Amino acid sequence: MTPSTSSAITLNINGEKHTLPVDHRTTLLDALRERLDLTGTKKGCDQGQCGACTVLIDGRRAVSCLQLAVAAEGREITTIEGVADGDRLHPVQQAFLDLDGYQCGYCTPGQICSALAVIEEHAAGWPSAVTADVRPEAGVPQLTAEEIRERMSGNLCRCGAYVSIVEAVARAAQVSAAEAAQGPSAGTEAAA
Amino acid sequence: MTTTTGPTRITGAVGTAHTRVEGRDKVTGAARYAGEIPFADLAHGWLVVSTVARGSVRSVETAPVLAMPGVLTVLHHGNAPRVDADYIGLLGQPDPIVGLFQSDRVPCAGWPVALVVAETSEQAREAAEALVVRYETEPHDIEFTPDRPGTYTPEPRETMETDKGDLERELAASAVVVDARYSTPEEHHHPMEPHAATVRWDGGRLEVHDSNQGSKWVADELAKLFSLDPASVRVLSEHIGGGFGSKGVRPHQVAAAMAATVLHRPVRVVLTRRQMFSLVGYRSPTTHRVRLGADADGRLRAFGHDAQNLTSTVKEFVEQSAGFGRVMYDADAHRTANRLVRLDVPTPTWMRAPGEAPGSFAVESALDELAERCGIDPIALRARNEPTAGPVSGLPFAGRNLLACFEEGARRFGWAERDPRPGVRREGRWLLGTGTAAATFPAGAAPSTAAVTAQPDGTFTVRITASDIGTGARTALTLIAADALEVEPGRVQVRIGDSDFGHAMVAGGSTGTRSWAWAIMAAAADLREQLALGGDIPPEGVTARSDTSAAIAALPEKERHSYGAQFAEVAVDTTSGEVRVRRMLGIFAAGRIVNPLTARGQFIGGMTWGISMALHEEAVRDRASGAHVGPDLAGYHFAAHADVPRIEADWVDDPDVDDPVGIKGIGEIGIVGAAAAVANAVWHATGVRHRDLPIRPDRVLLAGTGAGPDGSRRA
Repeated sequence: MTPSTSSAITLNINGEKHTLPVDHRTTLLDALRERLDLTGTKKGCDQGQCGACTVLIDGRRAVSCLQLAVAAEGREITTIEGVADGDRLHPVQQAFLDLDGYQCGYCTPGQICSALAVIEEHAAGWPSAVTADVRPEAGVPQLTAEEIRERMSGNLCRCGAYVSIVEAVARAAQVSAAEAAQGPSAGTEAAA
Repeated sequence: MTTTTGPTRITGAVGTAHTRVEGRDKVTGAARYAGEIPFADLAHGWLVVSTVARGSVRSVETAPVLAMPGVLTVLHHGNAPRVDADYIGLLGQPDPIVGLFQSDRVPCAGWPVALVVAETSEQAREAAEALVVRYETEPHDIEFTPDRPGTYTPEPRETMETDKGDLERELAASAVVVDARYSTPEEHHHPMEPHAATVRWDGGRLEVHDSNQGSKWVADELAKLFSLDPASVRVLSEHIGGGFGSKGVRPHQVAAAMAATVLHRPVRVVLTRRQMFSLVGYRSPTTHRVRLGADADGRLRAFGHDAQNLTSTVKEFVEQSAGFGRVMYDADAHRTANRLVRLDVPTPTWMRAPGEAPGSFAVESALDELAERCGIDPIALRARNEPTAGPVSGLPFAGRNLLACFEEGARRFGWAERDPRPGVRREGRWLLGTGTAAATFPAGAAPSTAAVTAQPDGTFTVRITASDIGTGARTALTLIAADALEVEPGRVQVRIGDSDFGHAMVAGGSTGTRSWAWAIMAAAADLREQLALGGDIPPEGVTARSDTSAAIAALPEKERHSYGAQFAEVAVDTTSGEVRVRRMLGIFAAGRIVNPLTARGQFIGGMTWGISMALHEEAVRDRASGAHVGPDLAGYHFAAHADVPRIEADWVDDPDVDDPVGIKGIGEIGIVGAAAAVANAVWHATGVRHRDLPIRPDRVLLAGTGAGPDGSRRA
């Protein structure tokens, strides 16, 4: 690397700042996996087609293989390593575990990060391609299995665990809604 | 020191739902896969594959690439270490593609011709893309059609062809005849984790962190390739991101081992998604001619299945589609054949239910056509043709619970209310239909070894070179061991994925969990006998080892299989040609179910593959270049969330009295018959038979529908 093809950048990941020199060609995905040892984010295709590398950038889901690391500077990045609250699993993680929403586990971090965003996007009233009534006055559509399938379709699972992934996302959405209604301390009871 | 010679008698872990023992690691991102093991001083290798479909490498212009920043070496046929790929491994000859860089020959597009190694993956990738390779090209031939010139019956002929009775005479004497051709396209495994290996020399041993379906299997093959003592190769595969038949010894481990040897430092090689289309095997396209002859009541007089697939010019691989009918249906005359043609393509390999997946599509579609012509219910047709012994082998069945599956499935699916007429159910622009098909897969076992250790603290450790490629094997084996030791599962740790644990069957052919469980049960029984003698457990523990070779050889020879009944409901959009599966149900007879939670996932995963096979998957080769068109996950679509409806899977009791383990594999039977059930449902919806997969919208539109505007059938 010469100075003209590399830069020192600071990435804000899971609430922690990491300063590192990167080759300008380095994707956010490779920076996470090969430079920062955050290997929970997976590389399935390296061209934005499978969703295994999904992370949250400023709260929105993004495929980190199509994002250059230098372009992620100054943004809030959440990876699978930052989803749990210490030892306490996030309701989405707990639901994947309890309902066997995976098999080989390789697409799982991406599915979970996507699911986090799906639940938020839905709660914020965003319609999807299968939402029957998209007028603002129609309100938040019900998060049906069909809605979950449509919204999760950017995340491939070759083991074919979709049926239980959809069940897990539905359960996690219910738990999240219950938590939101009861305040943050109700999480463990609701998840159990 | 505590003694645990009298453990509390607890049984019953097997058969109750348990979440995966490694589940927490998988949902938190803590589980590390092969390409994620950190090493100081790691170098990155990037493969370069051929752009021509036949010929030879004239030159590899390494000088400009070696001058690029960070590039450490370029390996190719002119300078690579010598390896010997001419050996017979556990599962036969390897694909010669693992004899990496040993000659200038290029037998297909996408053949590995060089490895670029650099300090970083970015440098390796750019240098690999910049590497100029010049070729002498020769005309290639990739055209796969039924009975094309060059089609032959491979050896051993007696396993490729079976023939009893006079097929032509029985067909001529039949009241009803179906004579139809079917086809399935080239399909690819595409586990979500690309093949990856990180390799280093450690104290005179080659240490390989790899993603594979059998660590000891891969270790032994690497030892043979590199002419090493088997004890000096160690392969570790703790977590594996899917395999489906594609993860054995492949160019990535060989390339990484070569580079680690040349550079004296750790090297990682990860295949790109595009490279996976040519480097790791695939399911060959298949063609089938099925001929059925029956009496008016549906009883089969003639059963003929001629199946063909392609292979490369460097190795024979037979997709044994004709095997399905050899165990499923008997007839007075019964003839089956698997035939082959060699073309300028990569070598195909096993892919989820090899043989049974395409074979069941052809035969179970033809059975549905026969039921239609005879005017009898498809399930009644199958019941009428239940054999009493192996149709070809003559051996007794060790249980055959196919009809129990149909009975339970029909009840739950609501089959009795089905109107058999095709093309009569409309819902707006959609035509609706339901279909069914039978499934079967062999229940095999292969010799394995295991070690079970009792520790002084009352816990137990099981060591076995098993692989959990997503099947839940690690958890299932924990339950098996717990029951065999009569302790709760929390006191048992099962360690897998390390070739140092000794020989064991690979995760393949639905034999893994059955074979490994057998070895663990044997070692656990031995250990309990040792512990029953009493006395303190020493600090190093008490270990019992097993080898199941003799026990498996002693199993009486019978037809041992799992069975299943598949049901599907589809909606066909008459304006766009899109087929949507609305629901699916599979009922299986698959031995003792160890962990219902993960077993359900295995069955449903297979059925999801069936939807994908029926409607989506198709790798397309360009005749001019001999290479794939759009070799990526956009060009090769497999079922995504929105393609997969509610699928239910369940099972019936399926005991096998003379089998000491009682477990049958469940990884593959879910796909068997599933595509046929979907295709039969498309016929029921539209009145048109689709005999070529996948049932794409353009095929549906071109075929039209047999339904008139008022729902009546067109002439």
